[in-house]
Parts: sequence; C-alpha cells; structure tokens
Amino acid sequence: MEDLKKLYDAILTGNFKAAKEITQQALAAGADPQEMVQKHMIPAMDEVGRRYEANEYFVPELLISARAMKASLEFIRPLLAAKGAEPAGRVVIGTVKGDLHDIGKNLVAAMLEGAGFEVIDLGVDVPPEKFIAALNEKHAHLVAMSALLTTTMNSMKTTVEAIKSAGVRAKVKIMIGGAPVTEKYAEEIGADGYSTNANGAVALARRLMAA
Amino acid sequence: MHPTLDRLLRKTPVITDGAWGTQLQALGLPPGECPDGWNLSHPEKVRRVAQFYVDAGSNVILTNTFRSNRIALEGFGLADRVAEINAGGVRISLAAASSRATVLASIGPTGKMLMSEEVTAEEMASAFQEQAKALAEAGAAGLVIETMSDLEEAKLAVKAARATGLPVVASMVFDSGKEKDRTMMGSTPEQVAEELAAAGADVIGANCGLGMKGYIPIARRLRAATTLPVWIKPNAGLPEMVNGSITYRTSPEEFATQALALREAGVAFIGGCCGTSPMFVQALAHTLR
Repeated sequence: MEDLKKLYDAILTGNFKAAKEITQQALAAGADPQEMVQKHMIPAMDEVGRRYEANEYFVPELLISARAMKASLEFIRPLLAAKGAEPAGRVVIGTVKGDLHDIGKNLVAAMLEGAGFEVIDLGVDVPPEKFIAALNEKHAHLVAMSALLTTTMNSMKTTVEAIKSAGVRAKVKIMIGGAPVTEKYAEEIGADGYSTNANGAVALARRLMAA
Repeated sequence: MHPTLDRLLRKTPVITDGAWGTQLQALGLPPGECPDGWNLSHPEKVRRVAQFYVDAGSNVILTNTFRSNRIALEGFGLADRVAEINAGGVRISLAAASSRATVLASIGPTGKMLMSEEVTAEEMASAFQEQAKALAEAGAAGLVIETMSDLEEAKLAVKAARATGLPVVASMVFDSGKEKDRTMMGSTPEQVAEELAAAGADVIGANCGLGMKGYIPIARRLRAATTLPVWIKPNAGLPEMVNGSITYRTSPEEFATQALALREAGVAFIGGCCGTSPMFVQALAHTLR
C-alpha cells in the first residue's frame, strides 16, 4: 500500500502528527493493523536502530521516532488485542532497588515497544519481590533491569538470586544494562545477556525470545 | 579571566579530587541512600572524605552536592532541604580545605530528560538557580557543572551558575557513538566547547565516561576547540566483578602515568571520577606536579 510507506517515513523521521494521521486514515480505509505493524512500523524502528548504530541518529532521534511509533500504536493496539494477536514478547522492566536513574531504562522501554514488545514498566527503585510479582502476574517472557551506579549495581545480583529462589528462573530470560555493566558482570550474576544501549537491547530481547 | 582561576592556574596542571560516593560507602553509606543527605546526618564522615583528598594533594576539592538540586533530591524525599544540604556541603569542604585547597562546588544533572517532557526547561533552570545560589552564599569559590549528558541541560545549569558571579566549570560525559566521542545526545567535543563557552562557562571539561584512554583524544579536541582552560576527570576504566565485589582494575600508578598525556595536551585541571580514590590523587600529584 503506497500510503503506508508514508507511515514508515513518519516514524523514521519522528513525525508524531503525521504518524497519527496516516494511521487513522489507513485504519479507516481498511488496512490490516497487523500488516501495518509488521511491514511498515517495526521496519521503520529497525531502521532507526540501524542509524543509531551507524552514528547517524542519537538519543534525541530515537526518542522522537519512538514517540511517533507510540502515537500510531495507540490506535492499533486495541485492534490487535481484539484479534488476539500476541506481542513480540512481554517484558517486565525497571531500575533495581536503590537506583533512581531511569533515563536509560526509559529509552530501552521505548525501543522495545517500538519493536512490538509489550512493556510492563515498574519504574525506579524496584525491589526483587516486585519484579517477581509482575513477571508472574503478567506471564512475562523477559525481565530487563538496569542500574547506573556501581554502588547500586549489585541489586541486580540480588534480584537474579531472588528470581531463582522464587522458583521462576526457568520461566524468564533476564537482561541487564547500565553504565557500569559489562558482559563479564552479566555472566557472573547469572543474567542471560546485557546491552550497552537501547538498540542493542532490542536485538538482545529478540535473540532471547528466539532462544 | 576570573581572579580565582587566574590564581589557581599559576601552576598547572591543577590536581582536583576523585570519587566521593565510593569513599562514603566505605564509611558506611548504604547503597541507595542519598549521599548528599549525609551533609546533614553524617557531616563528620563527609568531612573525612574531603580531608582524604586535601591530604592526598588535591589543589581543588569539590563538595558532596552532586545531586543537591530540587529535582534530584525529590526522589530521595529531600526536596525541601535544598538550601541546607548545599550549604552543609560547602561548609564541610571549606573546613577540610582550610588554606590548602580551593573549594569548587559540584552541580550534577537532574536525572530527568528535557526531551521526554518529564520536566520543563523552566523547572530545570529554577532548580539550578536555587542550588547555585545556595552554594555561592555558603562560600564556594566556584561552581562545577559536571557529568552532564545533555548539552541543553548543561547550558541551563551554566546560565544559572553564571548569575552568581563565581567562575564556572562545565564538564560533560562523552561515552556514546561508535568512537565513544559523543555525549548521550550526540554532541561532539567541538559543539560542547563552543556552546558551553557561549553560555558563559569559564572552563570546559569532560568527566566520568569510559576511562582515561578515551578521554585523552577528547582532551586534545577540547583543547583545540577553545581558548578556555580544560578540565578532565575520567573514570578508572570500567568496573569488573572480582570475587563477588565490584572493582576497578586500573591502578593509581597506571592512571597517573596515562594522565601525563593529558598534561601534554595542555589540560589545566586533572582529577578522577568513578573508581578513583585519594590514592589516585596522590599518584596524580606525584607524577604531574
């Protein structure tokens, strides 16, 4: 559909208003919501991610594209839900206990939503019990947590251990992030993966869903 | 040049301080508790950290007021104590410095992003004005805007700081992009130098980030992009887990040896950020002065 190329462009360039209008028009003209998401919107966000990796886009561009995507998804989501369409995965996300820094977490949440994931955002300073309750209640596939400070990053370890003790470790994949986090640290605390940025987090989430 | 800076820069490089949070933790600050709140509840412990740095050879020490703006303190339930916490931080550092070091007060980011509309530019500006005023009234010799990821936020802070009449250092984090030479929002060292100078900064800098190695080329670029003095405080590399605890592997001696390249690049102020300690400052003072 010719018009939907415009939806792709609107998301890629972060044109919030155009994304909203084209979505409404396309839906009114009988476009298939699933096809819109899969063939035009997610590919637009993937291109945003590619440009980010290539240093053509930075955080401001990610944010405005994610915002355009979200504006469009607001109309589409109820239709997908009514059809019983499943998201790419369900992710419970939050900054760990003691850590109030949510800029990175918010970026990851926005990019995951843009990639078609259902994101359950628990906010900041999330104790392990709250992660466990949410992942049980929402039947989450993934837990994503972050810490900015070396002084709070060990709450990630505590959270992984609590998920193990609660007997639900096998049900979820755990991904971590934050400035001081390294691959070695992720391994050491028994997480399934880490990412240094929001775009990498999407790739990681997809990989973990496929595993 | 501001007379305070003129005096400081008679002998360069000026050695600044290292990390405070990890030092406070070693003295019992629990993870997740607001370090700045200790200016009121545990002033003697904050004083010890300041003293460590003065004794180690810092010519400039900062204050334990990194997150003492209204927006950041709100998250800790301390928003109504902005003035006291800032005044306390300056008082503590001044007492430790005595006549041996100069106290430049720390102003860190709000932790909110302008672009995501969680906070308005007016709210941010007013939070920085309130903090800068409290620090100036308490007797700081200058203000250091540090660890900024967003040039727009940094400029709001510089303008607020500038209004006090004190000299202003403005320092950003470069940790993004393929070459790790951009801020989180994509600004280059050249853009940062130009825009912060235009906003009224007296010194331009880079701090935190991924360690000394990446900051040597950034220091050179800042040096080339501005006639203002340059301020550099890198992390001690990236943390690693060793036997279950978080450790920075870079030794004080390695750090100080690498810092020779900063001196060579013409950096005026040199210190450390996350993972550094009074031992790092001692090594810097020994190697560089």
